Amino acid sequence: MVKRVAIVGIGTTGFRPITPDVSYRELIFEAARKAYTDAGIEPSEVDGFIAAAEDFIEGYSICDEYCPDQIGAVLKPTHTIAGDFIQALAAGYMMIMTGAFKTVTVESHSKASNIKNVDEVLGFAFDPVYNRPLRETPHAIAGLEMTRYMFETCTSSEQCAKVVVKNKGNAMRNPYAAFGADISEKDVMNSEPISLPLHRLDIAPHADGAVVAVLADGDTALALTDAPIWIEGLGWCTDTPTLEMRDWGEAAYARIAAEMAYKMAGIADPVGMIDFAEICDEYSFKELQHMEALKLCRPGEAAHLLESGATSFTGRLPINVSGGALGVGHLFEASGAHKILELVEQLRGHAGARQIPDVNIGLAQVWRGVPTATGAVAILSNM
Amino acid sequence: MKLEDCKLGGTHLKSSDFEKCKVLTTEWTPNLGYAWDNGVAIGRYLAELKEGKIIARICHECHRIMLPPRMFCELCFRPTDEWTYVEDTGVVNTFSIARVNWDASRRGPKEPPLIPAVIEIDGATKGMGILHMLGEIGPDDVKIGMKVRAVWKKPEDRTGAITDILYFKPVRAAASKKAAAGRKR
Repeated sequence: MVKRVAIVGIGTTGFRPITPDVSYRELIFEAARKAYTDAGIEPSEVDGFIAAAEDFIEGYSICDEYCPDQIGAVLKPTHTIAGDFIQALAAGYMMIMTGAFKTVTVESHSKASNIKNVDEVLGFAFDPVYNRPLRETPHAIAGLEMTRYMFETCTSSEQCAKVVVKNKGNAMRNPYAAFGADISEKDVMNSEPISLPLHRLDIAPHADGAVVAVLADGDTALALTDAPIWIEGLGWCTDTPTLEMRDWGEAAYARIAAEMAYKMAGIADPVGMIDFAEICDEYSFKELQHMEALKLCRPGEAAHLLESGATSFTGRLPINVSGGALGVGHLFEASGAHKILELVEQLRGHAGARQIPDVNIGLAQVWRGVPTATGAVAILSNM
Repeated sequence: MKLEDCKLGGTHLKSSDFEKCKVLTTEWTPNLGYAWDNGVAIGRYLAELKEGKIIARICHECHRIMLPPRMFCELCFRPTDEWTYVEDTGVVNTFSIARVNWDASRRGPKEPPLIPAVIEIDGATKGMGILHMLGEIGPDDVKIGMKVRAVWKKPEDRTGAITDILYFKPVRAAASKKAAAGRKR
């Protein structure tokens, strides 16, 4: 039998613009305690632990060292991935596939509200020779991408604005989401210009929150739960960091990560196989650009698919029914965690008012945000 | 590819190149700022320090009295159960004699060394306490297991920070018994 890995437990705090009532440790503990209770396992029985966190976001050097206590990993094999939760999920999957670990905990969180100057931290990610001295806003990178994407695919700003309307509307059905709103395309177009064609409402605001998942090998998963959520496909990659040489129209990092995940999952026809997707919409146009990279439609078709209602809550390929980053909030390293959480809730049939009927296979895709060209994809199923 | 072909070319640097500032670097000083939410446990701990008191948190499962306090027990992995005040006295678990400052600059010949120490606080579970500085003591007189007491800032100067305690100073055996009796809460 081919060895499989499943998510057997998941816990979250939900997502809020600010969380002044708890420390990051207390925030994470709540999510971790819920995950272990959900999995029916104690952390003392878990073999390995992974956190996804990044020093400059946390405000600590070697923030890895601060991870164990709140996930129950004291004096246990623990490491931190300076990347997204989905990259940590891939690391956990590989640990279990070695056979040396039967269970692995994966954690990620955002305390974005504790960073006093987010733009400065993001600007610090720019190349210090070529880019930083120009003092451009980090959002300008997204603006440059958006201009090129719209040019290559004949997509308009108004069409991108419809992503915001859809996702903020979806978020109103999601009790975890912080930024649900009933707005119009006009509201987006009339919002403050940031780095045109981007307006204020095209950009996902930051949120705080934590997600913890417990993974197990197939035998352990089936002993723990009747409803394991299987990890069928994983992929990740990074394009060159050199902004001067990048493909600005196409999200190549997402296309290649998706090809890797589809191959692993044995999916030749994504449109026919994927029931729903949670994909990165940190900027409105990103949802459209990523749909094309993920081969959920052909280049240039994403906006038309959106306008036809196919990607709405009741459409044939619902995208970001959680509300996405535009509706839930941008969570830095936990961005992928929120998407995996949504997949698990949908595939278990626990998504309440936003439950999509009869779903078996979901896709989660994440991008590491400006100025990165790193993406990761995970495909989960309940069969 | 052959090993010798892996080199990128260019010329070797000489010390005169450095002296004439011909070797260029790129400099950047980040302007980073954070304001961490203290949350329940640290928030209460600091508020009590401002009042001149040290507070700990008890886990009813493993019966540890945890200092610094925390709202969850990292070993039992459950919420902790109650607050309890502990003493502002304790014993030295370990220490070091620092002849340099935090930024590695050397302390002047007239400056006494800094003596960081881990202090097991009376009332907390053994092995738990406060990492602080020792004062009113010479480096040759510090011993593991010696009894010390907190020297607090004046109430009006306290801000709700670990530095509301200035340092810990040695307590002589006789004085320590008397003081302990006087400080019973």
